[in-house]
Amino acid sequence: MNWLIAILQTTLFVALAPLLAGWVKCCKCRLQNRKAPSLFQPYRDLIKLTNKQPVVSEQASWLFIKAPYIIFSATVLAATVVPLIAVDLPTSASADVIVMVGFFAFARFFLALAGLDVGTAFGGMGSSREMTISSLAEPAMLMAVFTLTMTASTTNLSFAISHVLNEGLVLRPSFVFALAALVLVAVAETGRIPVDNPATHLELTMIHEAMILEYSGRHLALIEWASQLKLMLYGVLIANIFLPWGIADTLGAQALGYGLLAIIAKLAVLSIFLAIAETLFAKMRLFRVQEYLSFAYLLGLLGMLSHIILEAAR
Amino acid sequence: MILISAYCAVLLSFASGLLALLMNRRDMLLAVKRYAVKTFFKAGHGPDWLGKNLEEQRFPPFLRFSVFVLLGLSGVFAVLAGLGVLIGKTVITDQISLGLPWLPWHVRFDSLSGFFFLIIGIAVSAVSLYGPGYANSYDENRHPFAVLGLFTGLFVAGMLLVLLADDAFFFMIAWELMSVASYFLVAFQHENPANRRAAFIYLLMAEVGALAIILGFGVLAAFSDGFTFDALREAKLSTTWAGIAFMLALLGFGMKAGIVPVHVWLPEAHPVAPSHISALMSGVMLKVAVYGLIRFCFDLLGEVHWQWGVVLLVLGAVSALGGILYAMMQPNLKRLLAYSSVENIGIIFMVLGLSMIFMANGHPQLAALGFLAALLHAFNHALFKNLLFLGAGIIHHQTHQLNIDMMGGLINKMPKTSMLFLIGCMSISSLPLFNGFVSEWLAFQTALQVDVLDNGVLRSLIPVAAAALALTAALAAACFVKVFGLIFLGLPRSQHCEKAHEIQDKGMLAGPSLLAGLCFLFGIFPGLIIGLINNVAGQLLGETLPNDAALSWLWLAPVSSQQASYAPPLVLIGALIAGCISFWYLRRNPATALRTAETWDCGFGGLTSKMQYTSSAFTMPFRRIFRSVWIIDERIEKDMQGAMNQDVAAVHYHLEVQDHSWPRLYEPIEHAVNRLAKLVGRIQTGNIRVYLGYSFVTLIIMLWVIS
Repeated sequence: MNWLIAILQTTLFVALAPLLAGWVKCCKCRLQNRKAPSLFQPYRDLIKLTNKQPVVSEQASWLFIKAPYIIFSATVLAATVVPLIAVDLPTSASADVIVMVGFFAFARFFLALAGLDVGTAFGGMGSSREMTISSLAEPAMLMAVFTLTMTASTTNLSFAISHVLNEGLVLRPSFVFALAALVLVAVAETGRIPVDNPATHLELTMIHEAMILEYSGRHLALIEWASQLKLMLYGVLIANIFLPWGIADTLGAQALGYGLLAIIAKLAVLSIFLAIAETLFAKMRLFRVQEYLSFAYLLGLLGMLSHIILEAAR
Repeated sequence: MILISAYCAVLLSFASGLLALLMNRRDMLLAVKRYAVKTFFKAGHGPDWLGKNLEEQRFPPFLRFSVFVLLGLSGVFAVLAGLGVLIGKTVITDQISLGLPWLPWHVRFDSLSGFFFLIIGIAVSAVSLYGPGYANSYDENRHPFAVLGLFTGLFVAGMLLVLLADDAFFFMIAWELMSVASYFLVAFQHENPANRRAAFIYLLMAEVGALAIILGFGVLAAFSDGFTFDALREAKLSTTWAGIAFMLALLGFGMKAGIVPVHVWLPEAHPVAPSHISALMSGVMLKVAVYGLIRFCFDLLGEVHWQWGVVLLVLGAVSALGGILYAMMQPNLKRLLAYSSVENIGIIFMVLGLSMIFMANGHPQLAALGFLAALLHAFNHALFKNLLFLGAGIIHHQTHQLNIDMMGGLINKMPKTSMLFLIGCMSISSLPLFNGFVSEWLAFQTALQVDVLDNGVLRSLIPVAAAALALTAALAAACFVKVFGLIFLGLPRSQHCEKAHEIQDKGMLAGPSLLAGLCFLFGIFPGLIIGLINNVAGQLLGETLPNDAALSWLWLAPVSSQQASYAPPLVLIGALIAGCISFWYLRRNPATALRTAETWDCGFGGLTSKMQYTSSAFTMPFRRIFRSVWIIDERIEKDMQGAMNQDVAAVHYHLEVQDHSWPRLYEPIEHAVNRLAKLVGRIQTGNIRVYLGYSFVTLIIMLWVIS
C-alpha cells in the first residue's frame, strides 16, 4: 500500500510538472500584457515532440542518444525522494536529501557531456557555463538543506518535514537564511531569469538552451520534461520544507486529497512570485552570476552558523 | 595461515623484481637449461615449452609476462591475507631475525594493516593484468625492462612491508625501500631533463619527509624503552611533546601523501612515471602514507587532541579545494589526475580530522563514523584513481598524446576504453550508484553530527569545512566533465586521435575492467566493504558504528535509520524502471526512428575541430571566478602585416597557470639554502695549506676537549 502511494505520488509529480510550467508561463504573459497560451500547451508540445522523427548529428555517439533517458530517469528518481502530498513514504527512506542533490548532479553530468558530444562551439559553451553555475549552486543548496537537516537532526526529507510540521510555526533566523539561499539557488538551477532565460536562443546569453541545441524529437521532449520536473522539484522543496502545512501525515484518502490541494495551492502562489520576479528583473551578465551565487552560498552558510550558534540546544 | 599469505605476497613481489633482472641474461638461462637438461633428462630434450620460450624472439615477452604473473600472484595473496585478517578480526605478531643481530624485525598484522593490504592487493592485481601489454611498448635498448621490473617488485614489496612493520627500524627500512624504489621508477625515462628534475624533487621531498618521520619516532622513543611499537604505545608524553610528535608525523606522512603545500612533488613525479606506476603511486602509495599517519596518531600516540583534528581539517580543506582547482587548469591528463589525488587526499584528511575531533570530545562512535568514511574514501580513491591512470595509459599508448587539448572524438574509436574511463569519471565525481558517492555521503553525515559538540569554535568551523567539501565535490564534477568531454567527445583535434583505434591487448582492458567492476559493485553494495572497515574501527578505536544493526547489504544507515538512510540497490532498481519505461514507451513508433544529418553549423558550413571548446576555454569561467588561487599569465599576441601594419595575420594565445606554492614557499627556501651554501663556501678556499690548518685546529680543540 505504502509503495503504491509512493509510486502514485511520483507519477503525479511527473504528470503535473508540465502543468506547472504552463502556469508560470501563463502568469508571466498576463503580467507582461501578452495573451497567454493555454495552460496545457506544454503537454501539447511534449506530445508533438514525441511524435516527430528525431534528427541526430552524424558525429553523435551513443552517449548523445542515451543521455536524455539518463537525465530523465535521474530527475524522476530525485522526484521519488521529495514528499509531494504525503510524508513517511518508503521511497524517501531509500535515499535522503544528499542523494537527491546527487541525482541532480548525475543528470547535469550527462547533460553537460551531451553538450560536448557533437563538437559544436555552442554545446561546449553551454556545458562550461552550466558546470560553472552548478558548481557554485550545488554547495549553496547543500548548505541550505543542511540547515534544515540539522534542525530536524535527520537528512531524510520526509522525517525532516514531519519535524517542522510537528513543531508548529516557530520563526527561526536560520530558516529565513536557508529559504533565501534555496530560492536563489532554485532560480539559478532551473535556468530562470536573472541567471538564464528559458525563452531565448541568443547565442551569447544561452546556458541551458546552448547545451540542448542539437536535440530534437523525443530526446528534446525528455530533456524539456526533465527540466520542467526540476522546476517543480525545487518549488515543492521550498513549499514543503518551509511551509509544510497541509501535507498528509496519514495515508487516508481524505488526507491525501487535502495534501494534493495544499501543494497545488502552494505551487500556484510560488509560481506567481516567480513570474513577478521574472518580469521585474533583467537577465544579468554571466560574470555577475558568480556574485549572485556566492551570495546564496554565504546565506546558506549563515543559516547553518546561526542555527548552530543561536538555536541548537547544548 | 594469514601471515603466510602475507609473507607470500611480499616474497612474490621480490621474486618478480628479481626475475626481471634475467631480461639481459638469456645466455645464462640457456646455459642453465643445457646443464639441467643434461642432468635430469637422459634423452637430451627438455620440456618443450621451456626451449620454445627461451628463443630469442619469444624470450622478452615471455619474461615480461612471467614477471607480471608473479606480481599478480603477490596481489592475490595480499588480498587473501587482508581479507583473512579483516574477517577474522585477529591480530598476528611475529619476529623475523633479519637486520642487525640484536634488533629482530617485529611484524604485526592487524585489521588496519589488513585493510591496506586489501587496497594494495587489488591495485597490484589490476596493474599486473595491465602491465605486460603496456611494458611491451617500451624500447628495450633505451628503457630496459630489467630496471622497470626490478623496481616495481621492490616498490610493491616495500609498501607491503611498511604495513607489516611493528617497530620503528623496520618501518623506516621498508619506508625507504618504497621511496627509493619509486624514485627509480619516476626516473625511468631519464633521457628527458624534466623527468630527471621531477625525480630529484621527489627524492628530496621523500627524504625530508622520512627525516621528519624518524624524528617523530624519536620523540616517542625518548619517552619509552625501545623502538618496538608496543613500547612506543606505552610512552607517556606531555601534551607539548605529543603535539611535537604529531606535527613531525604530519609533516613526514603529509609530504608523502601530498598535502598542500608539500604536494609539489606529486604533479611533477606522477605524470613522468610509466602509467601503471603512476597508478600505483597515486592510488596506493599515497594511501600507505595515510596508513602511517593513522598508525602514528590513533595507535601509537593513543590519545588524540581536538587541536590536531582542527589542523587536519584545515589542511585537508585547503588541499581538497586547492587540488581540484589546480587540477582543473591542467591540460596534461596525468598531471591533472595527480592534482586530483591531492584533492582526494585532502578529503581523507578532512574526515580523519573530524574523527579526531569527535574522539577527543568523547564521542567515540561518531569518531568511528568519521574514521570509516576516511578509510572508505581511501579505498574508493585507490580504485577509481588506478582506473583513471590505467585509462590514461591506454589513451597515451594509442594516441601518443597526453595533452587533452589535442584529443577528442575517441568514444567512437575506443568504445571499451571510453566506457571504463566514464565509470572512473563518474566515480570520482561522486555521482550516486558509484563508490565515490558513498564515502562522500558518509563524510557529510559525519560533518552533520556537529550538534553534539560543545566547543563554539568547532561548532562553527565544521560547517564551513562541510561547505568546502560540497564545493570540492561540485568542482570535481566540473573537472571530470571537462576531462571526459574533451578526450572522448566532440571531433578529433589531432591526426593521432583521428587514426586512433581500440587497444587490442586483452590484459590492458582486463585490469581497468576489474577496477571499474569493483567501483560499481561497491557503489551498489557498499555494505560489503563498510562491514570490513567497521572491524578495523572496532579494533583500533575500540568502538564501532553507532548503528551496527543497520549495516546490511541493502541499507546504509550509519547513525540510525531515523537520521539518514541510503539504499543503493533500490535506487538502481528505480533508475532501471524509470529508464526502461521511458525508453520503451518512446521508441515503440517505428515512424520515429532516428535520422542522422549534419551537425547544425548556423548555415555557414564547415564545422571544424578548431571551433570546439578547449580545456582553457572550458575552464575560463572558473579562472575568472577563482582568480586569486593561481598565478595566471595569459597573453594574446597578434602578428600584424600589410599596409600600416593593420591586418592581423595570426593570433597567438598563451596561457600559463602556476601553483602559488613555488614562488611563495619553495623559492625562498631555495634562496636561503643557496645563501647558506655560499657562506659555507667562504671557508673552502681550495688551498691545501688552509685545509691542513683546519685539521690542525680541529685536532687541537679535540685534544683540549678530551683533556
